[in-house]
Amino acid sequence: MEYGLKPLGREKIWLWVMLTPTLIGLVFGTIGSLLATLVLSLFEWDLIRPPQWAGLSNYVALFQNEAYIKAFTNTITFALLYVPGVVMISLLVAILLNRKIGGLGIFRTIYFLPTVTSAVATALVWNMIYGKDTGILNFLLESIGMSPVCWLCSNNAMMSVVIVNIWGAIGEGMIIFLAGLTAIPRDYYEAASIDGANDTQQFFQITLPLITPSIFFQTLISAINAFQAYDYIYMLTRRGQGDSTVPVAVYSIYRNAFNFFRMGTASAQAIQLALLVAVFMAIMFWWERNYVVYE
Amino acid sequence: MSKTTQKLILDVLSYVILIFGALTMLVPFLWMLSVSLRVPAQQFSRNIIPDPFTLQNYADLWKNLPDHAFPYLVFNSFKISTLTAVGQLLTCAMAAFVFAIVKFKGREFLFALLVATLMIPPQVSLIPNFIIFKYLHLIGTQWPLILPAFWGGAFGTFLLRQYFLTIPRDLVDAARMDGASLFGIFWRIYLPLSRPALAALTIFVFKDAWNDLLHPLIYLPTDMHQTTLTVGLAFFQQQLQMGGKFTVLMAGAFLSILPLLLIFFIAQKQFIEGIALSGIKR
Repeated sequence: MEYGLKPLGREKIWLWVMLTPTLIGLVFGTIGSLLATLVLSLFEWDLIRPPQWAGLSNYVALFQNEAYIKAFTNTITFALLYVPGVVMISLLVAILLNRKIGGLGIFRTIYFLPTVTSAVATALVWNMIYGKDTGILNFLLESIGMSPVCWLCSNNAMMSVVIVNIWGAIGEGMIIFLAGLTAIPRDYYEAASIDGANDTQQFFQITLPLITPSIFFQTLISAINAFQAYDYIYMLTRRGQGDSTVPVAVYSIYRNAFNFFRMGTASAQAIQLALLVAVFMAIMFWWERNYVVYE
Repeated sequence: MSKTTQKLILDVLSYVILIFGALTMLVPFLWMLSVSLRVPAQQFSRNIIPDPFTLQNYADLWKNLPDHAFPYLVFNSFKISTLTAVGQLLTCAMAAFVFAIVKFKGREFLFALLVATLMIPPQVSLIPNFIIFKYLHLIGTQWPLILPAFWGGAFGTFLLRQYFLTIPRDLVDAARMDGASLFGIFWRIYLPLSRPALAALTIFVFKDAWNDLLHPLIYLPTDMHQTTLTVGLAFFQQQLQMGGKFTVLMAGAFLSILPLLLIFFIAQKQFIEGIALSGIKR
């Protein structure tokens, strides 16, 4: 980063003009709102009466609120099921596609389709597929002699929602892993072959270590997405009055802020979610320092 | 077992897994299309080929929804997504150019700060932004969905800066010798040479805005003339639970994904390169 074009004279103004939108975004969109949310979480405010100082009571109340504890646990469970699912399946698909078999282009297009299309639209059809009496999934189960399953009832809904979310995310993971795999120089494998390493050895000694940056990146992205997952969950599990069979933290934030106008409570929940993400990031970067191989 | 038999077995196994996966990816889309081409009496039929075949659902969707909602929904989604893409493209490209090329005090710090904000979950800005827009009396209008796109964005700036860094510096030096201004270099050299990256970002931003559900739910009224396709479809689904036509709903779902499918088939290369670009070269 030594290189740089020096602005001449009045060009300094241009530089700041070009940066202004981004600076506004930094102040209002991200860093400023983080601080604002932090401050709001210490007040009680319904947007009508003036805000009341609440200290840490919004946070304390979260730990006594069973519905929120449920939502928070759901978020963690969802992430624990979703992240490994996406990473492993998309890695498998990428490895198979990287074996230089025919039809790469077609497979890549098909696997990528759910990534392009809206979760709302595809959730509508998943709702039909998951239907208890009329869905094709239960029809398939019955045709092989199994009993039908209530996919979206409360005891199964988490799993069903995770499946659809993974279905929607494989395409992107596959592209990340394919990019990582094709970047590995061919001669590494040739050299290993000459030394007598078999396919399994080559996979564990060359492929796996050299795509750890992609695995790291994809795990990070998937986890960030998991903590924010909303669309499919909203579309597949909502019940009357904006309730849900699988409430997650984002759901809870949304309802508190925009249905009940409890800005303090919602802010405290948002901060708690941000803390969860931060802890996760810390673990990931520790893992990166120790196990990720950069060439 | 010889090396060739081993390879053959692995190839067959790979195809079996890949084809099974591909069917899982495709069937929901085929089912959507299939239901949308059926007569309503057949909506829960298990036969994937519509019999009889009809386009009536699409006609009903376009003309016969209450208040003629569907064309409005399509128009609103197009308008919001297009403006969002324009805003992001413009502001991210300018910032990316400055961060990639121009030397100024605090560049490294500002860029690091910007990239760090990628880690802040967007839910954190939801509440303060809502309050700001409430005081600006913009809740219930489409502005809260469009304006933030003109504030730049960490992801887009990062993506374009990565690309800008690959453009040979000699071009800049040569242009400078000829007396080109800073903005001239950006406008006449960097933008034209970065078409692939700009295309990738446009597609991404357009796609995300088109598919967004959370923000329209928060900011737009449930008036079907004001809101977007995603909210409209979610609303129609709710109406359906009281016994309605899934055939029309699936026609709506299919029409709502059609523009993105077309863009994807035309610009597949940009799509895929864009994702790869965000993933490697970090």
